[in-house]
Amino acid sequence: MPQNYLPVERIAMHMGKSIKINKGLDIRMVGEAEKVTVSPDGVDTIVIKPTDFHFLVPKCLVNPGDEVKAGTPLFYSKKHPEVKFCSPVSGEVVEVVRGEKRRLMSIKILADKETRYLDVQVPSLETASKEEIISTLCENGLWAYIKQRPFDVIANPRVAPKGIFISAFDSNPLAPDLDFALQGYGPEFQKGIDVLAKLAPVHITAHTEKTKSDVFLKAANAQIHTINGPHPSGNVGVQIHHIDPINKGEVAWTVNAQDVAIIGRLFTEKKYNAIRVVAITGSEVNRRRYAKVITGTPLKALLQDNINTTHPVRIISGNVLTGTKESMDGYLGFYDNQVTVIPEGYEPQFFGWILPGFGKFSMSKTFFSWLTPSKKYTLNTSLNGEERAFVVTGEYEKVFPMNIYPVYLLKAILANDIEKMEELGIYEVAPEDFALCEFVCTSKIETQAIVRQGLDTLMIETE
Amino acid sequence: MKALRNFMEKKLEPNFKEGGKLHKFWPLYDGFATFLFVPGHVTHKGVHVRDSIDLKRTMSMVIIAMIPALIFGIYNTGYQHFLALGEQAGFGQAFCYGLLKVLPIIVVSYAVGLGIEFLFCIIKKHAISEGYLVSGMLIPLILPADIPLWMVALAAAFAVVIGKEIFGGTGMNILNVALVARAFLFFAYPTYMSGDVWVSMKGEHRKGYEITEAAKADVLVDGYTGSTLLGQTANAEFNGTFKNVAGEDITNSVFSDAFFGFIPGSIGETSTLAILIGAFILIVTGVGSWRIIISTFTGAYLMGLLFNLVAGDNLYMAVPAHYHLVLGGLAFGAVFMATDPVSAAQTNIGKVIYGLGIGVLAVLIRVINPAYPEGVMLAILFFNVMAPVIDYFVVQSNINKRVKRLKLATNGTK
Repeated sequence: MPQNYLPVERIAMHMGKSIKINKGLDIRMVGEAEKVTVSPDGVDTIVIKPTDFHFLVPKCLVNPGDEVKAGTPLFYSKKHPEVKFCSPVSGEVVEVVRGEKRRLMSIKILADKETRYLDVQVPSLETASKEEIISTLCENGLWAYIKQRPFDVIANPRVAPKGIFISAFDSNPLAPDLDFALQGYGPEFQKGIDVLAKLAPVHITAHTEKTKSDVFLKAANAQIHTINGPHPSGNVGVQIHHIDPINKGEVAWTVNAQDVAIIGRLFTEKKYNAIRVVAITGSEVNRRRYAKVITGTPLKALLQDNINTTHPVRIISGNVLTGTKESMDGYLGFYDNQVTVIPEGYEPQFFGWILPGFGKFSMSKTFFSWLTPSKKYTLNTSLNGEERAFVVTGEYEKVFPMNIYPVYLLKAILANDIEKMEELGIYEVAPEDFALCEFVCTSKIETQAIVRQGLDTLMIETE
Repeated sequence: MKALRNFMEKKLEPNFKEGGKLHKFWPLYDGFATFLFVPGHVTHKGVHVRDSIDLKRTMSMVIIAMIPALIFGIYNTGYQHFLALGEQAGFGQAFCYGLLKVLPIIVVSYAVGLGIEFLFCIIKKHAISEGYLVSGMLIPLILPADIPLWMVALAAAFAVVIGKEIFGGTGMNILNVALVARAFLFFAYPTYMSGDVWVSMKGEHRKGYEITEAAKADVLVDGYTGSTLLGQTANAEFNGTFKNVAGEDITNSVFSDAFFGFIPGSIGETSTLAILIGAFILIVTGVGSWRIIISTFTGAYLMGLLFNLVAGDNLYMAVPAHYHLVLGGLAFGAVFMATDPVSAAQTNIGKVIYGLGIGVLAVLIRVINPAYPEGVMLAILFFNVMAPVIDYFVVQSNINKRVKRLKLATNGTK
């Protein structure tokens, strides 16, 4: 037997599934970021918004005037008090904003020039138990990076998952290239994988063409799957569906690739260093780059004097499908890897519905733009129509690569029929999986909001 | 354009807005305003960009797809008329005659249907939907050219109220709206919808709706028949030969005549070629389901073949299977009626079953029940009703797969 013979189990561990999806749509937009990384200055305040965490009931731990270090807890989850949310910078708490019923909306911190970090005691990975690792992550504000399916919320640390799933690429419109974003962060990413692998089997899914970095392709302690096809191939929900679908009662965890590196950093640097690379994208941005920033960075630092001011624009933290509408005074969302700026909807169009439409992007071939299949478009925020009842059929199915009937699921949610929702596979989906359905919808129905509503209903029901 | 826009926004709109004196008519104003200008509404939550398509665009594609059938239908109305009279007429003359017959039907169909739709929108305070733009054109195309206009009005009213609005409007109906109109006329005024009515004649030559013997002797060619080719096959005297309007034997060219559309029938249904051009537009734009169109033709063809096998000396059963695809309303029904997304099956597998079912049932009714030589209408209406059941079983099989997977998973861990 040759020396370098690999035992069968070892190969099986690494050779994941190879998945091919045909359904989906790459929305071809103008405004990709150039592969240059800048470090913006002028980041004097940081805002952490508990509203970035769906369904979280936060309990505040700080008051205006308090001094915090990077890693000092700011608030915790009322339901899971062990899950803490920490400041990514050191400085002074200057504002605690509360909304209706005194709900905690955001905490603003005036950042020091030099960040002082809280020293973290991390257990040794070789000897640590699952519980020790979970409590280390919870205590130091990193648990929030681990989300769960079903429900697409922060994972419940008390329920063991069947696997932890990581997508090695982002297929959303104008999304950052994760190969590029993680350049130089390979060891930290691998450390993060090692940590997560202690908790459950880790699955990484790479794109057959887009993913080239060995950070993903040669990651150890994880099973590497490959997927081929258009967006939403990068959605981790789609990947889970094809690798190991979630049944009722099962839980899977998901972590964004860049956040894996942040988790790894806690164990290599022994501090909460929430730095990540964010793509500044969209047709209305003048200098489209990647920026190395910290969670909660003000958008002004990225966009000041950098956007087209000849007409109104929409600033989005995240991508055009799932991102949040922000203003110039807004802040980067907790999970966002991208900022997008696009034009607001223009003037109404005279007889727009009958024009040939060479310059109008559409999945359907009702506009002549289908004759130019590689052209990129400047899309604005126009609804391009009005909301109607469901009329066209078979449309969502073209962009929904799961063995689930999307319209039937949506109708079950609208009818509040819990049993039907379960039967039709609601545990496998997150709002983001319906984003393309919403995009292509002829009747302009807000499918993501409907799915969110259904998940919330079930979450309350199962508690 | 800008001036018009300004006039509408500044002068007209305030009257219809909340508090304006014409506020009741807001849906009407909104309907016209959005017809002229794709509205400038922007996204608020959810996705920030949207596909360019909307329901108006989709519906206009269907109307564009119907134009070849409409134009040919207008011409053929005149062509059949002059053929029956034994007169020579050029394209222009035939077309003009047809236009004079067909245009009033279209106008009445739209005026009555849209009028009632507007009324419902005002009462129920919802936006005007685009559904009737298509139904309003479909109704004329599936009627004989000589239909009295008051019947068109009655049928359109019946279809909009009973076929659609009582269910909640566009998107909520169970049956195809245009077919409801035709079925209403078919059962309420059978003499106007079957028999010798398919060639446009001058009104004075008809008594009731039968062409008088005197008229036949007076102006029509010898051996005149105003029935469709399917009507001839269903006739007890059918001997395997087909006749045209002028009573000439066209058995040898019947397939090509029917394919190109030089036969009597409803205004839009005769030319399979024109309908196929429409089908091409629908399939390329993705507006019509190719699954339904192809499976309907397939179902009809297979049923025709089956009848050929067991025909014996029954001449109707022996009509070649491919004739069924070009005769009567099968092509028109498959392309423009069965594909109506609201009343058809919604799942992809369901669509195939639904189409096959329509094709099989249409030919079955044609051949087995001579009282209804045109089975397509009934077949589509029947499967409109069955579509939710078909979908139910398709979706249920998806649910069962999930249940099975869950069982496997729980057995595996325990």
